[in-house]
Parts: sequence; C-alpha cells; structure tokens
Amino acid sequence: MTKYLLLKHYRGAPAAVNDVPMDQWAPEEVSAHIQYMQDFTARIEETGEFVDGQALSPEGTFVRYDGEGRPPVTDGPFAEAKDLIAGWMVIDVETYERALELAGELSAAPGAGGEPIHEWLELRPFMSEPETVTE
Amino acid sequence: MDETLLRSLTPAVIGVLVRRGADFAAAEDAVQEALVEAVRAWPDRPPRDPRGWLVTVAWRRFLDSARADTTRRGREERVEAEPEPGPGRAVDDTLQLYFLCAHPSLTPASAVALTLRAVGGLTTRRIAQAYLVPEATMAQRISRARRTVASVRFDRPGDVATVLRVLYLIFNEGYSGDVDLVAEAIRLTRTLAAGFDHEEVSGLLALMLLHHARRPARTRADGSLVPLAEQDRGLWDTGLIAEGVDVLQAALARDRLGEYQAQAAVAALHADARTAEETDWVQIVEWYDELLGITDNPVARLNRAIALGEADGARAGLAALAELDPSLPRRTAAAAYLHERDGDPGTAARLYGDAARSAPSLPERDHLMRQAARINTRLRG
Repeated sequence: MTKYLLLKHYRGAPAAVNDVPMDQWAPEEVSAHIQYMQDFTARIEETGEFVDGQALSPEGTFVRYDGEGRPPVTDGPFAEAKDLIAGWMVIDVETYERALELAGELSAAPGAGGEPIHEWLELRPFMSEPETVTE
Repeated sequence: MDETLLRSLTPAVIGVLVRRGADFAAAEDAVQEALVEAVRAWPDRPPRDPRGWLVTVAWRRFLDSARADTTRRGREERVEAEPEPGPGRAVDDTLQLYFLCAHPSLTPASAVALTLRAVGGLTTRRIAQAYLVPEATMAQRISRARRTVASVRFDRPGDVATVLRVLYLIFNEGYSGDVDLVAEAIRLTRTLAAGFDHEEVSGLLALMLLHHARRPARTRADGSLVPLAEQDRGLWDTGLIAEGVDVLQAALARDRLGEYQAQAAVAALHADARTAEETDWVQIVEWYDELLGITDNPVARLNRAIALGEADGARAGLAALAELDPSLPRRTAAAAYLHERDGDPGTAARLYGDAARSAPSLPERDHLMRQAARINTRLRG
C-alpha cells in the first residue's frame, strides 16, 4: 500500500473544464457538490483507503527567518498570481492506477449546472520508510 | 504476562471455534474478547492450560453473542457434543487459519491486515498504528476481508505461495510506533515453519533471519543509511545468522529450489563475509542467475547487475544495467555507483543527484544526495 496526497488548488492548477467560481453556482448545486465529497469520503473509508483530509482557508502567510530578534517578514494574503492550496486528502491505496482512479472520481464532483467540474487535482506519493534492503 | 505467548495461541483457538461451527468473523471477535479477558485475569490467576482456557472463554463469548440472534438449543447441543481438541488438531487449525487469512481472493493489503489480526492476535488499533492509517480505516479493511473469506471453506488447503507473500509483505513494512512488524513477521513465519514442513517456508524464514540479523548495522543513530560496504559487521547478530544459515542449509538439502531460498542464499553469502572485500560476489552472481531462472523479476536483474559489477568490474555491471528498463527504481542509483567505480565522477555525481530526486524514501534520498554532494565537493576542490 502506498499513501498519496491529493491536492486541490484554489489557484495554481490548470483551469478546470467547467470553470465557474462556486459563488456563481445555484445553492442546490453547492449542496450537491458537498454531498458528493462526503459520499466520496465515506466510500473510500469503507474500502479502507481513507487516511485523512482537510479543507484549508484561503488566507495564507509566508514567513521567513530574518535574523535573531527581528520579526519575520510576512507576505500575505496571497497575491493574485500565487498558487493557493484549497485542501488535501490522503489516501492509502494498493496501486498507482487506483490512486489515479480515485483522483479522477474526485475531479468529477458536480459544479455549475450540475455538470462535473473536471478540475485538475495534484497527486503526490508520500515518501516512505526504507523497505527491506536489496543488498 | 507474556503477550507474545498469548498471541501465539490465537490462531489455534479461532480454528477450534470455526471447526465447532462458528462463522469466521464471529469466532475472531470472540477470541479477541477472550484475549482481552486473559490480559485482565491471568496475572492474578494464571491458568494451567492457557489454550484450553482461551477456548473455553472464547466459546462462551461466542455463544453469548450467538444467543442474541439465533436459536439457543442448537448451539448448546453442539457444545455438549464436541470433544476437547487434541494437540494435533491445534497445529492443523493454526495452519488453516494462515491459509484462510492469505486467501487469493483478498487484496494483499487486506490479507496482511487479516493475518495480523486473526493469526497474529494484534488489535485493530495496533495494526492501524503500524500502517499509519486511522483505526476506522483499518477496521473497515479487516471487516471487508472477513466478509470476503466468510464463504471460503475452512477445510480446503490454501496456496502456500500466497501465505509466504503475505508474511514477506508484513516483514517488508518494517516498523513504526510500538508494533515491530519485522519481529511479528518472523514470529508468524517461525510458527508456520514449525507446523508445516515446506522448503520455501524455511527459505523465507532463513531470508528474514539473515536480513534481520544485519538490521542494527544498516542505519546510524540519526536514521541515515549505511551502505553494505561501510557497515560495522560487529553489530551483526551472529546468533540469528547462524540460525538462518542452518535453516537455509536444511531447505537447500531438499533440492527443491525456490525464490526465497535463492534470495536467502545471497543474504547468507553477505552475512558470511567478515569484511566487504571478502564477499564472494562470483557466487552471488550465480545465485541471482538461479533466482532469475525461477522468477524473471526486474529487481533481481538489477541486483544481479550490481553483483556483476563487483565480480567482473564496473564495465560489466554497466553493460548489464544497460539492458534494464530505465524507469526501474534504483537503476539510476546503481548506475551512479558503477560510474564512480569506473572512474567517471562527473557522470556519477549527476546520476546520484537524479536518483536522489526520484528516491522513494527519505533516508534513501538523503543518502543519495550526500553521495552527489561528496563527489561534487571533491570535483570542485
């Protein structure tokens, strides 16, 4: 089993096919979207593939060390051009193909007009403990 | 309170309940409850016959839960009719449970979880901790596995190759938290080998013992990797090595070579060398040839290429590497090593950097990055 991080971007990913901001959707479309996400999580919990997931606030700050006793330099909220992570989910799956399959399902969450958003999700494998030596 | 002893009794007790007519999931639940009860009661009142005690308590628990939803009389008649199991049956029951929990209808991850729970007697919480997933996730994985095997008949012999693969998967998971899966895999394989006379079971046990014997030398206190050639061989566990070699020799004497025996033979040749220079690379190459004759596995071909580089020189190793799929994990790292040995530090440093960027684990990435940095520093100076 390998763990993967599914990253959902507010900004920074290529544009979705059905690219309408959520505040332009009908309320029932928002509800349908949320329901889809909850069903998805429940389903992969039942298959033993769900590890964790959280939504993140759009408010972010960059922090940097700037010498002893001096305040860190901040740079936020994010300027328009910057990548912005909306949330993440960790899954633990048997194969890379299964990870792709689940990411595809998540990307098909309904959006404006009840149609799938077709948004891009970033899929990143976790670094693992070293496996048994092959020396 | 010897928890390992307690857990070693688990599979036979589940087996007895299943043979008496309990379905697998209910038997497994009842035995888990009996284990919890034993942890509570035994320190004050240790039983004369621990297994008999567990069978009695687990059976009572099973009946308690069965009464809730089924007719009472049939179950009670059955318990009256059933004689106490003898020692021979206990071994058979244990073996059948190994085969059931590794049934080919299960995914590897499910088989691993079910084996640790039903054969190993670990709680769901501890298995979840070992695999770094939430307890609810692991509970679902186990209950799905139990449903999958619910209809499998308990009396049919299973596939030994599947059982061995599951045990080796557990071994390879290493350890995290307070469950050492390496030790657990060795314990389960030892038990299997004690009750089931099969050369590949011995081969796998030998392989695990020989790998495990060298574990203390493989990482430094800070977690960084130590390459084989630099390991402090004084840290190797000579007792485990001796046992592994004995088990392997007995298996090889039966002249039915399998992949675990061949891998164990390679591990034994490493363990046998007092210094890295003394390693019998020629014989290691021969064992990899045997292994490739059994299973044409790309990892074995990669390892053979590295061994060939030691036996016949870096050029020979590089030529063997050239025939392998470029995307094969660790191929770039192997190429870096061989290029450095071949006197081409520039190429070696570049390849170490590439290998580090695609390394699957943090300690491995750090090790490869240090190699690249070491060579680059020398090239600049």
